[in-house]
Amino acid sequence: MRHYDDVLVLGIESTAHTFGVGIASSKGLILSNINSTYVPSKGGIHPREAAEHHSKVASQVVLKALEVAHVNLEELDGIAVALGPGLGPCLRVGATLARALSLMLNKPLIPVNHAVAHIEIGRLDTGFKDPLVVYVSGGNTLIAAFNEGRYRVFGETLDIALGNCIDVFARKVGLGFPGVPEVEGKALSWKEFVKLPYTVKGQDISCSGLLTAALRKVNEGRRLEDICFSLLETAYCMLVEVTERALVHTSKREVLLTGGVARSKLLSEKLKLMAKEHGAKFKAVRAEYAGDNGAMIAYTGALALKHGIMIKVKDGGIRPRWRIEEVEVPWRREE
Amino acid sequence: MEEGRVIGVGAEAVLILCTWLGLKAVKKIRIRKSYRHKVLDEDLRRERTILEARLMYEARRLGVPSPTLYDVDLDNYCIVMEYIEGPKLREVMSKLRTKELRAILSKLGYAVGILHANGIVHGDLTTSNVILKEGIPFLIDYGLGSFSYDTEERAIDLHILLRSLESTHYSLSKKAFKMFLKGYSNALGREILFNVLKKVKEIRRRGRYVKERA
Repeated sequence: MRHYDDVLVLGIESTAHTFGVGIASSKGLILSNINSTYVPSKGGIHPREAAEHHSKVASQVVLKALEVAHVNLEELDGIAVALGPGLGPCLRVGATLARALSLMLNKPLIPVNHAVAHIEIGRLDTGFKDPLVVYVSGGNTLIAAFNEGRYRVFGETLDIALGNCIDVFARKVGLGFPGVPEVEGKALSWKEFVKLPYTVKGQDISCSGLLTAALRKVNEGRRLEDICFSLLETAYCMLVEVTERALVHTSKREVLLTGGVARSKLLSEKLKLMAKEHGAKFKAVRAEYAGDNGAMIAYTGALALKHGIMIKVKDGGIRPRWRIEEVEVPWRREE
Repeated sequence: MEEGRVIGVGAEAVLILCTWLGLKAVKKIRIRKSYRHKVLDEDLRRERTILEARLMYEARRLGVPSPTLYDVDLDNYCIVMEYIEGPKLREVMSKLRTKELRAILSKLGYAVGILHANGIVHGDLTTSNVILKEGIPFLIDYGLGSFSYDTEERAIDLHILLRSLESTHYSLSKKAFKMFLKGYSNALGREILFNVLKKVKEIRRRGRYVKERA
């Protein structure tokens, strides 16, 4: 049931390899969440090929989202779109579609930051109020928490994303995409731990040296299963350690894991153990909201719209390097 | 002083008050982490105990305010050091008057500059790792540091400090960082400062949205 103070928003996600459309209300009702992910036949994501995929599936994903939600376009209060951060060509598909819908329907256009959306859907899904957030995916690794009106970054990667490190490793040793479940599967039959570079600097981690070293060990003929295990153990421990540092620093009582790598059981187990040692609660976002999805953009867009955040269509250009600290989060002020 | 009182539980270590040859001291014990595999866990704890002792000793020798190293017990991943009594910079930052803040931060900047000039980087330069005693900022927690003259490593120190300022003292961060840089350039000179700041900018652009390189 919708309330007069509740708004209904259609959200579009197209920052990387997933094109998604969701419909959600500011009260946290997710009416639909339809996503189509581009999987390259070989190699990593090619931005232009992914963008082509997005253009191809766009209209049918929108229609499906409306159908599942039993909503027609007129009933919407606004159109939200992830303007960044992400890959330019991919972002452009979502932004163009959102601007067109906004003009056509004469509904407000709402800019959504992709990273903020991962946090908001995580809070909604877990019921956590004020968590320390660990956001890990193929493109992002960051530890953030709310402070003085915005999400502040407490730790991140100094080079490549943790998910990217594992994906690239998987690809180069002939395991499939996405890499995390593949590498985790192989790691189950490990026998020996192999030492790899463990790089923690303050509250940041560095993964590129780890990736290079892991690949070198495989080329030197070390057992693949052992390297898979050692790579995960090292990478995850680095991440858990910086999370632990941020937890002590911020004194938060909740730890939330969000983003595509939130599907990893192994990482969840480690974070849970760590949180327990500090008397904090741990939860990971459920699988359906872990990877990039339209629902998180719709929900975050609805929160934003309720607080009057909207832009003119001519200002709806993409923001490939939009930093999370630049985003005002007025809906958390009243908590 | 209550001997054996736990005065701090950090992310990786427990701090316990003790006396060492009649001196007020702190025992820092690196604790086992249940989330880490045993081999990795023991390796890391040993390496960092050794590193911290060496760096702390060197820093003290250079005249950089840091606890004096008393003893190292590798079997127990433990360091015994001088007890520096005082609040953490993080706890008092927002209460300081501008004049006090300037004095403290430029001293801190100078101290870090001296470390960098002598091939030491701290590795975890946050406002939680600075203790104030009689107006002097003492640097603690050298466990993630290293011996390096590398511009990148120096820049990471400054990047970490700046982010720690931004994430917990946002409204003060710009002003405070400027004060820090003043002391820092006094120790290292403007040319090095310029290069290090250039690198800080680069680091801040890097790592973030690597999607673009995926």
